[in-house]
Amino acid sequence: MKYDAIIVGAGHNGLTTAGFLARAGLKTLVIEKNDYVGGAAVSRELQPGWTYSNCSYVCSLLRPEIIRALELPKYGLQVIPYESGATFDSKGNYFNYSSDHDALRRELIRNNPEDADGYERYARAVMRQCKFIKPLLMRTAPDPTSFNPRDISELLYIGKRFYDLGEREMAETVRFWTMSIAEFLDQYIKSDLVKVHLAGSGIIGTGLGPYSPGTAYVLLHHYMGEVDGSIGAWGFSRGGMGSITKAMALSFQDAGGEIRTGSGLDQFIVKNGRVVGVALENGDEFYADTVVSGMDVRRTFIEHTEQKELPEDFVKGVKRYRFRGSSGKLNIALDGMPTLPAAPKDARFLKGDLHFLDGMEELERAYDDWKEGRWSASPYVDFLIPTQIDPTMAPPGKHYATIFVQYAPYELANGTWDDANREAFAKTVIDKISRHSPDFKDLIVHKEVRSPADIEREVGLTEGNIFQGELTFDQLLFNRPVPGYAQYRSPIKGLYMCGSSSHPGGGVMGAPGANAAREVLLDLGKKIDLGAAA
Amino acid sequence: MNKALTPRPQMPMGALPAPFHERIAAENFQHSWMNWNGYASPGVLDTAEFEYFAIRNQSTLFDISPMCKFRIKGPDAEAVMNRMVTRDVRKQKPGRVSYVIWCDEDGNVVDDGTLFRRSEDEFLLFCQEPQLLWIKDIAWGFDVEVTEVTHDLAGFAFQGPTTAATLRDLKIKEIETMRPFDIRDIKIAGKKVMISRTGFTGDLGYELVMAPKDALSVWDAVYAAGQLRGVRIIGYEALEMARIEAGFLLPRVDFISSQTNLRVNRARNPFEIGLGWLVTFDKPHYNGKRALQRLAGVAPKRKLVAIEISKDKAAHHALVYHRKTREVGFVTSALWSATTKRNIAYAWLEVPFGQAVKDDLWVEIYLQREIEWQRRMERVMIVERPFFVHPRRTVTPPLNF
Repeated sequence: MKYDAIIVGAGHNGLTTAGFLARAGLKTLVIEKNDYVGGAAVSRELQPGWTYSNCSYVCSLLRPEIIRALELPKYGLQVIPYESGATFDSKGNYFNYSSDHDALRRELIRNNPEDADGYERYARAVMRQCKFIKPLLMRTAPDPTSFNPRDISELLYIGKRFYDLGEREMAETVRFWTMSIAEFLDQYIKSDLVKVHLAGSGIIGTGLGPYSPGTAYVLLHHYMGEVDGSIGAWGFSRGGMGSITKAMALSFQDAGGEIRTGSGLDQFIVKNGRVVGVALENGDEFYADTVVSGMDVRRTFIEHTEQKELPEDFVKGVKRYRFRGSSGKLNIALDGMPTLPAAPKDARFLKGDLHFLDGMEELERAYDDWKEGRWSASPYVDFLIPTQIDPTMAPPGKHYATIFVQYAPYELANGTWDDANREAFAKTVIDKISRHSPDFKDLIVHKEVRSPADIEREVGLTEGNIFQGELTFDQLLFNRPVPGYAQYRSPIKGLYMCGSSSHPGGGVMGAPGANAAREVLLDLGKKIDLGAAA
Repeated sequence: MNKALTPRPQMPMGALPAPFHERIAAENFQHSWMNWNGYASPGVLDTAEFEYFAIRNQSTLFDISPMCKFRIKGPDAEAVMNRMVTRDVRKQKPGRVSYVIWCDEDGNVVDDGTLFRRSEDEFLLFCQEPQLLWIKDIAWGFDVEVTEVTHDLAGFAFQGPTTAATLRDLKIKEIETMRPFDIRDIKIAGKKVMISRTGFTGDLGYELVMAPKDALSVWDAVYAAGQLRGVRIIGYEALEMARIEAGFLLPRVDFISSQTNLRVNRARNPFEIGLGWLVTFDKPHYNGKRALQRLAGVAPKRKLVAIEISKDKAAHHALVYHRKTREVGFVTSALWSATTKRNIAYAWLEVPFGQAVKDDLWVEIYLQREIEWQRRMERVMIVERPFFVHPRRTVTPPLNF
């Protein structure tokens, strides 16, 4: 069967590319190895009555332009913002981050009288960086070595924006992109508890500690999202993160697209240096002159492409590209709402993201364990109970807890991620939460434990890295994933990349998918239609 | 001394507490109140945005007691209502609600409202503007009693996806068979309540009406039952966002009543407003019928249209241009719609713009960015109203969320 375009992988980026291509009139096929679509934006009912956001769990980065252009609300997507969060320490204190400015100020002052003003300075510095980087997200990164007029004009665009910052801000920007989150926060915040609460966004999903250079940028990556223009705000996708990809799939199918699930890719079919189709594991073959891979760069080119079709330096670049899985995940069905005795009953911030840490030292120790090939003895958890807001994911009065865990290594020093180790890992996490919530353990009805190895096996993310490759400066912009190949094209003609391995990187953002669609359409002499969002 | 010369009370100024005031004040962290028809009505309790999302995701309570309310009762009640409004009231069965407008003799709209048919010979009319005299003028010579009951009935809107589940928890079995615009008489907390499946949000929702003395008992029962399903008290700002999405128009915002306009050219007929579908000629004489028959045959000089605007900045108070130069209209209500992720508005446009001429229309948006003003010209697309209506609005029996 012959198509105009085939997309490999029905994750959010693959489906975004597919949606734009179908809307541009291309006969488009999406293939997916699992029996369901979604990739890492997926919702499954593993315990009857409970819906989990099995992998990614909160939404902010998904570009509003994409939501509007693909009409995702019409296909059921609804993003509900949440208001606040908190970090609890072991002495019974907490810091409550609140979206209400007055409440936040009072809470900062309660923790340290100087931190209210310090936080304002910190927030301004981060927002300035967001303002600088945001326009770059939905643009293809220029190739600095190219003399192509478009690359030169893009470089000039970035250069001018950079120059316009002025000398002091230019210096700040360079520092920001390269420094550690702990040192960045030290400049503004005094309270250890406030600092460690804010530092979380700098280490989530990355194989770096709070004192590792480059973690300030990781924080920025988590801040540049928005919910309805509220920059940095996070929300729940109603019905779980799978609602995003379900809406994308419906939008795509409504535009004439076709999805085949249940059999993954065996090989890209390449003839004379040009892709001509895909061969699936089940033996099916489909043909198209345009094939776009939503898989990460290593799986795409090392596991599913014949090496002889690729130039040596490109293969080297792909092999050098770092993944380093560092996160695990627990999804838990709860028989009721767990209590947190340190918080007032029915405190509003329990509806947001909760953490349990004493300070930066604990976070750095957690990272040290990972370097040694162990999961953290006292891990960083991003613990949320979305069913306090979302009525669709559990029966009334029952709850679903999503627990993101940092750090968990891909390869364990003591063996493999077998059932015994997964259970021990879960116990570490549950014990830590239980120290702050004594009844948590007894409320557990069902749990899903996901190590980096599970994430790799089920979702297909190499080493379980949630960003399809580390978000460090050496792997960003025109270096993502490989210098010279940052514009979604590969050495093989007709074969493109649309996953988070390409610019601007990970998170359920959709920007790589939309950017890839633009490049594919450009090569076909067509234009991406962003509709009223453009 | 003349014993009659004792001080008579002077009327209080400003806004009075409405029947649910205590409960709303307890949650009104912003201390934000507006004056709605002489009552203190909450503008925003904590954050308009989060209150709005409760309408679209969970369930919400909003006090509608300040609405103007009238009882029309007697053997000629149907004839009086049919003489007043532009729809055919004879088709409205007891136990049903309908959305109605009424016009003056020139065919211009006086007001809109919801008409509850309580029985063969009794109606309740809820609307925005005082209409006692208007109804009485129409009822002259008919065997009917017209009473203002604005202060005799309390009520609240209970809107959102989890409202039916909450009423189910309260063992209100009547909701299982209630279709949109149905009325039932039920009991909550042992108090009599008139419940209708109506609302202003384009989604599943109900309106509950009761005697003011029972108001707090009913409110408390619903609020307590709603806790597990995310119930939230909301203010006007949040409702206004849902109202625009749902395609409802607001008198004094989107059009002006022909009984209050000073400038004679401000009155608008139903065809201009886009409410022509509420006008029927297949019934006996009613107020404005002759004029409306004439107006139905001519193209309106201007029209209120639904528009979508490029980018994401709401076009509040914006002027509309053709080819970026010729002024052809203005925006009345505007919103970045968080649910549909579209930049939406209503605008009045002079013919032929928005009808025969739909291309090359622009709005001029002014944005203040840290004191400095910026001017943006954004594209305008003419679209259909409403911008949002959820399928669960009409599903019977109603869904749990």
